[in-house]
Amino acid sequence: MIKKTDISITTWILIAFGIINILLLATGKLDFNAKGIGIITAVAITLAMYSFLYKDNPVFKIAENLFVGVAMGYSLIIIWYNILKPDVFEALIVPMFKDMEIGPQYSVIVPTILGLFMFLRFSTKLSWLSRWSFAFIVGMGSGIAIPNFINAILLRQLEPMFAPIYTGSFWGTVNTLLVLVGVVSVLFYFFFSLEHKGTIGGVSVIGVWFLMIAFGASFGYTVMARMSLLIGRMQFLLKDWLGIIQ
Amino acid sequence: MEKLLKIDRRIIFIFVALAVTIPLLFRFKMSVPPTRHVISMYDKIDSLSKGSHVLISFDYDPSSKEELQPMARALLHHCFMKDIKVIGLTLYPAGTGLAEKAITEIGDEYGKRSGIDYVFLGFKAGSSLVILNMGEDIYTAFQKDFYGKKTVGMQALKGVSSLRDIDYAVNLTAGGIYEAWIVYGREKYNFDLGVGCTAVMGPEMYPFIQSKQLTGFLGGLKGAAEYETLVGHKDRAAAGMAPQSVVHVLVVCFILFGNFIYFATGRKK
Repeated sequence: MIKKTDISITTWILIAFGIINILLLATGKLDFNAKGIGIITAVAITLAMYSFLYKDNPVFKIAENLFVGVAMGYSLIIIWYNILKPDVFEALIVPMFKDMEIGPQYSVIVPTILGLFMFLRFSTKLSWLSRWSFAFIVGMGSGIAIPNFINAILLRQLEPMFAPIYTGSFWGTVNTLLVLVGVVSVLFYFFFSLEHKGTIGGVSVIGVWFLMIAFGASFGYTVMARMSLLIGRMQFLLKDWLGIIQ
Repeated sequence: MEKLLKIDRRIIFIFVALAVTIPLLFRFKMSVPPTRHVISMYDKIDSLSKGSHVLISFDYDPSSKEELQPMARALLHHCFMKDIKVIGLTLYPAGTGLAEKAITEIGDEYGKRSGIDYVFLGFKAGSSLVILNMGEDIYTAFQKDFYGKKTVGMQALKGVSSLRDIDYAVNLTAGGIYEAWIVYGREKYNFDLGVGCTAVMGPEMYPFIQSKQLTGFLGGLKGAAEYETLVGHKDRAAAGMAPQSVVHVLVVCFILFGNFIYFATGRKK
């Protein structure tokens, strides 16, 4: 249920937003063209999204749904012009009906059919055909991923573990030792076949400390990322829209 | 004192908004000393000769634009400044517009022309398969560029037939695609790879730096600001460092304050 005060707050904000934009357009700070209108639209949506910080509201919901719709529409257009049109339509279908320099690429038929089978998930009678596509994806994906990941992620990541502890410099040696202690103690923490008592318990406690430090670093980076997004939006509002900062 | 533990979150939002807005309005200078991993990416690109090829994969969408677009712009400034040929592509459908905007805007600043000094290949679905395909033959992976021009015979791609011929590749990423670039790209086709990522993903990169699978790493807005400083083209990322620092101090103060109140009220069970 929308309260009366919320309606009046929204109305006043919309009036203020309208007046600011009229002033910006009238003074020439914003151009009355596609770019200017684009900026105003982006500002309206930015403010609508941030209105959630006050509380959930219909303006936020409109902007949220608008984003989902626009993102989906944009992706469809990109997929058509970048994939379906050049790789299927122009490569297979057009040359079938028109004399072209290169004839139809029949090799496209199989992947196209497998792709179309995916949509049969919506049919109760023919949905079993979509399993062929999934089987192909899973089989091929596993075949490609498993050996490559074992080599590039597991084995290559183990290499630094086998490097000599003494690196030639004091701090380098400290770093190598930290990596060694960190890896061993965290592995002990995740070793559940023995009760975490005595020496094993002590080592796993060190592992917990390493994990906590890692989580802390991760949280710090997350704070930095979220604030960066806010800073970017504020720069957009103050620079591109209001023109207050250079 | 108990009331302070139940403070309205909107008051905290106001503090954060002020901590960001005030430093932006009253700009104060902050030095942005470049860190080791940013310098190694800069040095790698700086060491390349005129006409070398740098591949930039713009694997992000508007939700991470604020962090990764400044990185893309700073990298493009550096490449075009050094007359390096840029090969751009994206494995994110929603990243196409951002990538195209960055590459054409910076290209225009330096008088660079599409197809001659740079090429934007656009989007291709299949991430790891696209990388593998490019590793075998770049022209079958992308028969045409974003604007529909045939890639075969394109001057910007002269001397490049696959990923093996790339002098340096940078993956600007907001997701797990960097792993595909390491696993299916760098490890298989043996080229130097750098990563620019959102700050959230920053800690994930250090193991790859330690194993020397990455040559250079830019983490979040700070990484972008450091690169802008090195290139000598301070822009939005560098301007964002003052509010970033202020807001970090504020967050630390909030954490200390929250803990102080928590312990002062006797750690209620």
